[in-house]
Amino acid sequence: MELFFQQLINGLALGAIYALIALGYTMVYGVLRFINFAHSDVLMLGAFAAYFLAPGIAKVLPPHSFASALLITILAAAICAIIGILIERLAYRPLRNRPKLTVLITAIGVSLFIEFTCQHKAVFRSETRRFPELLPINDYHFGGLVVNSNDIVVLVTTIILLAAMWFIVQHTKTGTAMRAVAFNMQAASLMGIDVNRIVSFTFGLGSALAAIAGILYAMKAPGIDPLMGIQPGLRAFIAAVLGGIGNLPGAALGGIVLGVVETFAGGIPGLSNYRDGIAFAMLIGILIFRPAGLLGKATVEKV
Amino acid sequence: MTMHSGAKRSLLIAIVVAVALAPLLEWIVKTHSGNYFNGYYLGVLIDIAINIILAVSLNLINGHTGQFSLGHAGFMAVGGYTAAKLTLSLQAAVPVWAQPILFSAALLLGGLAAAVIGLGVGAPSLRLRGDYLAIVTLGFGEIIRVVFQTTDFFGAATGLPAIANWTNFAWAWSLAAVTVFVVACLVNSTYGRGFIATHDDEVAASAMGVNPVRYKVTAFVIGAFFAGIAGGLFAHHKRFLSPTSFDFMKSIDIVVMVILGGMGRTPGVIAAAIILTVLPEALRTFAEYRMIVYSLLIIGLMILRPQGLFTIGKGRTAKV
Repeated sequence: MELFFQQLINGLALGAIYALIALGYTMVYGVLRFINFAHSDVLMLGAFAAYFLAPGIAKVLPPHSFASALLITILAAAICAIIGILIERLAYRPLRNRPKLTVLITAIGVSLFIEFTCQHKAVFRSETRRFPELLPINDYHFGGLVVNSNDIVVLVTTIILLAAMWFIVQHTKTGTAMRAVAFNMQAASLMGIDVNRIVSFTFGLGSALAAIAGILYAMKAPGIDPLMGIQPGLRAFIAAVLGGIGNLPGAALGGIVLGVVETFAGGIPGLSNYRDGIAFAMLIGILIFRPAGLLGKATVEKV
Repeated sequence: MTMHSGAKRSLLIAIVVAVALAPLLEWIVKTHSGNYFNGYYLGVLIDIAINIILAVSLNLINGHTGQFSLGHAGFMAVGGYTAAKLTLSLQAAVPVWAQPILFSAALLLGGLAAAVIGLGVGAPSLRLRGDYLAIVTLGFGEIIRVVFQTTDFFGAATGLPAIANWTNFAWAWSLAAVTVFVVACLVNSTYGRGFIATHDDEVAASAMGVNPVRYKVTAFVIGAFFAGIAGGLFAHHKRFLSPTSFDFMKSIDIVVMVILGGMGRTPGVIAAAIILTVLPEALRTFAEYRMIVYSLLIIGLMILRPQGLFTIGKGRTAKV
């Protein structure tokens, strides 16, 4: 029983990170109807931004303090938001009305470009670096359970951000415009919504979330490298599909479910070798039996 | 399926040339080794043929049928491992004269195994639209790699060493010619129009009585079959298989060939396969820039020339 709760906590913390990344996928998919493959690389850039910012911030604010961690995270998120907006502006916008396949291939191209440029010896190099401790790490004991302070940070941050996202999308003017663009881009633009501005905003928001998720991910697994985004990125994409792509609560739910299932499967001796395959097996399963996802509504493609 | 006698003749000529050239090239390598043409160049020529098979078969899926598969290396792995396992376990028992028979059986079995897996993956996932399919095939490729990496029967992470060196110029180029021939005949046949129809407009196609899912699955299975054969050739050419030879990057390599050559245009894809095999060899010193250039090439092509680099005119035809 203790082991069960221990695994549950680990799974929730992992799933929370997936959920944050999945939000970015699902928002972009909702607005533009394509998978932003480069999202996972923005996550990596977020972690690297924090890595390079940390020494600088340490001169201004005391290291390991809450204020410095917050400042680093906000700056990294801002940098990634700009990168996300630039990616959309330079690579995706020229293709706005092209076949989806073209955009998809471009997205893969952008992802490969970021990965291999960052692996180049003049940029980040391909070796793994130790991620600095942004906050002091403690283990809290509750009976037999061990809860790492990082897990608490991850869970609290995720809950705050999910609430904030919900507020932005449901209760602000920009959020309403986002939903309108997602519903029907053409009609939205006829209603006076600046579609380009909304798409940029969506990319900015999604990339900022990815950056924060990247930092949280790096805090838990204290090593970062230019390819670190691929695995969590793929999982998060699967989480987004699992919950119903384009659906914000679905992305959060999918992330949590995937994180928990993966952690439990990793604990079963015979299955642990196949841990990497489990997420994909779940994806294939959901696509066959419920292609709209857990919370998604099945839609009929109009001709 | 209609067979054009002209195409048949060119296939025969291609095979005869490949078979005739093989001893000549091997003789040159043997006598002039180290001079202007050595075993390394012969190896590159075989690499080219294998890549042509891979690119042309992926072109049937990605180009002609318009389904974006990112898992071609997975099928190649299935074919390679199956073929290698068969020859490894039987080669000691088989006399020298029967080796070509064993080799062709191994290649065929590898292709069939890949086709069966292709059917298993394709049948459920091809009901999905483009970007989902890309992810599912990507995921499948990963699963395949994980399975080979953890199964001791297939050498696990250390791989399969000491595979017989049976792939030669004649085998590789003959099979490349067969692949081009089959794909071309298939796409140009009455039946094959269904692939193009599926690519152009699924809804219109199904309104005309073409079942898109059936065509997608067919394209997928045939593409997987040839990828499996390429895997078998690859195994008996490199003489060593490891799961890392078939990772996501291998799939991307093949995808880039198809995109560069122009999706659905076989001559362009062949040209791209040749260039993208030779260039990295010629530019070994710039290896670290290779993937950066690839990715920029993909983005640039999609924005400026989505029809591919080696295509003239705008008409989209399935002609070879």
